[in-house]
Amino acid sequence: MSDPIPYARAIPGTQPPLDSASYGSTHRRAPRQEPIRAPVTLTEATSPRFALPSHADMSRLDGHAAMGERIIVAGRVLDERGTPLRGSMVEVWQANAAGRYHHARDQHDAPLDPHFSGQGRVFTDEEGWYRFTTIRPGAYPWRNHHNAWRPVHIHFSLFGQGFAQRLVTQMYFPGDPLLALDPIFLATADEKARERLIASFDLDITQPEFALGYRFDITLRGPSATPFEEGEA
Amino acid sequence: MSTAHQTSGPFWHLIDFPEWADLLRADGPNAGAPQTYAGGERITLQGTVTDGDGALVTDAMIEIWHADPDGRYDGAFQGFGRCATDAEGRFRFTTLKPGPVPGRGNTLQAPHVQIAIFARGLLRHLTTRLYFAEEPLNESDPLLSLVPPERRCTLIATPTVPGTWQLDIRLQGGAETVFLEL
Ligand SMILES: [Fe+3]
Repeated sequence: MSDPIPYARAIPGTQPPLDSASYGSTHRRAPRQEPIRAPVTLTEATSPRFALPSHADMSRLDGHAAMGERIIVAGRVLDERGTPLRGSMVEVWQANAAGRYHHARDQHDAPLDPHFSGQGRVFTDEEGWYRFTTIRPGAYPWRNHHNAWRPVHIHFSLFGQGFAQRLVTQMYFPGDPLLALDPIFLATADEKARERLIASFDLDITQPEFALGYRFDITLRGPSATPFEEGEA
Repeated sequence: MSTAHQTSGPFWHLIDFPEWADLLRADGPNAGAPQTYAGGERITLQGTVTDGDGALVTDAMIEIWHADPDGRYDGAFQGFGRCATDAEGRFRFTTLKPGPVPGRGNTLQAPHVQIAIFARGLLRHLTTRLYFAEEPLNESDPLLSLVPPERRCTLIATPTVPGTWQLDIRLQGGAETVFLEL
């Protein structure tokens, strides 16, 4: 059996650091020691496959429409080589239109919506496309610093074909003035890398008389271009 | 360029399905697995997560990924689980003990479980491994041998009662867990 191809390492600055001066919760949770560079084996190059029902319409619950602006979010999941991830599970979660999560620990003084749970699950098709309908979430306060508000965002969770491709990220919305103030968004130093976290308004995804469409493409780590250099850690 | 990681935040429980912590659940992908795998040993994996102050981390998402009892990832068994840490910072999985897995270049890896940790305050998730104490292959495991000997214990679970393995995860500070860069 041939050895699995290692995954490409991130271009410096394109991923957030673990310790970030302006994001308070990192201070006691970020490891201090350097990680061990692990060789990529079957453990890292394989990943779970999920046979679960999809839940692509988050904008309704029990036959009732959720409050807020209905939107469609769609995009492609590719690896860095441009290969589509097929049949891959995409999990999403988010606050409601008022900026509150359907979550016991979210005590923000904003109304809950009985017709919005904020949890979705879709699968990519043969070309790597995913698509779901939801409600545009609201901004919400967090206590990181004085008058701290998270920009409007949707959380995404993805599995690639290897556990080393596992990705949890957030999708932001274009034109959000809070992006320029958000320590989580700004922790990634590379401006292009940050811009790729912002969805774009897309008239082709927009459905007439129904909902605005946003496009959010996601790129998972691809194979290393230099397997011999990367192979033996 | 791959998409940047962002923290899971404190409200990731919207994708928590508590039954996923039991990989052997009757309505899950491994229903019947304890019977299918001759010698497949049912185990519990448990531990706590603490931060640099020794404070319990009560809002983390722990995921595991491991091979089947024959050391394979391409069989019927799906070695994936997800568990929230509770009010005492604890996680707990039920599964079958994995077998040795091929490593790079005809090496053999000791039985192990890959662990991913997501939480508020982690801008990207952490990865580590759980090995089993007293496993003869630990001595020659290619990854363990890259870890300074005095830190290897942070990756090696110990039995509390037969079949129950404990591995505590310390995110930062004294006896900090060894984390991996894949
Ligand atoms: Fe959030």
